Amino acid sequence: MYDFLVNLVGNNIVAFFIAAALPLFLFILPYALLAVLAERKVSAHMQDRLGPMRTGYHGILQTVADILKLIQKEDLRASSTDKSLFNFAPYLVFMGSFAAFAVLPFSSFFIGSSIDVGLFYFLAISSLVVAGILMGGWSSNNKYSLLGAMRSVSQIISYEIPTAVVVLTMVMITGSLNLHTISDQQTAFFWNWNILGGTLPGIAKFLLIPLMLGAFIIIFISTLAEVNRTPFDIPEAESELVAGFFTEYSGMRFAMFFLAEYANMLAVSFLITILFFGGYHSPLGYLGNTLGVEWLVPIEQFFWFASKGLIFVLIQMWLRWTLPRLRVDQLMTVCWKYLIPYSIAILLLVGLVTLI
Amino acid sequence: MLTEFGKIFVFIILAGAFVGIAIFAAMLIRPKRPSHEKDLIYECGENPEGSPWVKFNIRFYVVALIFLIFDVEIVLLFPWALVYKTFGFYGFVAGAIFLLVLFLGMAYEWRKGDLEWARPKINRLELNKLLEKKEQQVS
Repeated sequence: MYDFLVNLVGNNIVAFFIAAALPLFLFILPYALLAVLAERKVSAHMQDRLGPMRTGYHGILQTVADILKLIQKEDLRASSTDKSLFNFAPYLVFMGSFAAFAVLPFSSFFIGSSIDVGLFYFLAISSLVVAGILMGGWSSNNKYSLLGAMRSVSQIISYEIPTAVVVLTMVMITGSLNLHTISDQQTAFFWNWNILGGTLPGIAKFLLIPLMLGAFIIIFISTLAEVNRTPFDIPEAESELVAGFFTEYSGMRFAMFFLAEYANMLAVSFLITILFFGGYHSPLGYLGNTLGVEWLVPIEQFFWFASKGLIFVLIQMWLRWTLPRLRVDQLMTVCWKYLIPYSIAILLLVGLVTLI
Repeated sequence: MLTEFGKIFVFIILAGAFVGIAIFAAMLIRPKRPSHEKDLIYECGENPEGSPWVKFNIRFYVVALIFLIFDVEIVLLFPWALVYKTFGFYGFVAGAIFLLVLFLGMAYEWRKGDLEWARPKINRLELNKLLEKKEQQVS
């Protein structure tokens, strides 16, 4: 992909910047526009309401109107805030969530950076968000912000452990940390996906299926908590903490936090897709291969990758309107007393099964 | 040519530049009419009361400590997960023992009640026994 861009532009550095800008401008921003609208429409229809209807046909321009409004908003910052930390927090949060996209293979043709420690890097860079949240909450000099930030950080770091243990399990099965290699191992048809035992031979594959289902449920719950979505949204519980750690932010800075939250939702959905559901590989085979049109294959791969990821985002929205919010002590109980012991048990069992 | 990590650095620079440009563009458009009320921190429309830097529940600190132990453990297990198959069953047992030691520590925390968020309740039966003992001593 980089060779193609360098040939097209003629300059290395420009080509690299274009390659980095492609997922941001072609994918994340349009996705965020659609996802904010979809969230409001999905929630509205689940509650038997209509949702936004006035701007455009059935309100499809609502997000555009929202962005125009946010740009024009006055940027309020109380004089008692810690100025430099307050200004830097949105940068850190957005950098952390966008840099995670650098190692995700969108198709066999497009991957930002094919490093050999991809999974490890993904876990590490998404922790940068924690620092940004704590920075924003503490520097705001606001009770709601500080409480929200503390809750958020304790929740994110707790749920990072089950996520990391499940990722470790997948590393044991695939024997690689490179997300490109992991996707390529699950090629051909859907019975090679890791959720159905991957490409292990014989009886081991069938023994792995229930374990993989358990691992998938654990990582889904814990990533849901890591991106602060309902039912794990006590850090920004509207009814008690106004807006959590970004209560003091307004205008464009608030919009950046919002964008980072949606980008994070997508990033963890893509991680689940790559680990369990074959990454960019089609479940049914490629039209391009059958017709003999080679350039069609990467486009199909991108289509499958995007649709698998977006399905998980949709499930996250669905859960938001189905389940009530957990209490703080219930949240900690779920993580420390259920998810972590179960995930470690699954890790040990997988270790035994892969040795058969 | 950039290395693979150089490409990641380009991603990070681009993300920072995007936020910077968005905030700068908004700065050109938005109004700026400061007033005393806007300068106060938000507290549901009331005047802010006291300092927001309150004393925090010690539980947050304990959670951070336990997290640190687990996270270091997982970092150390990543290389093991990549190579344990080449050592066969013994490779697996080595990692399992490592995990078991950590799990013993967690069982200890659990038993001591450090994983409960709410304060552990006093056991009614034990309390009654203690009270009876005291009554006997007094009489």
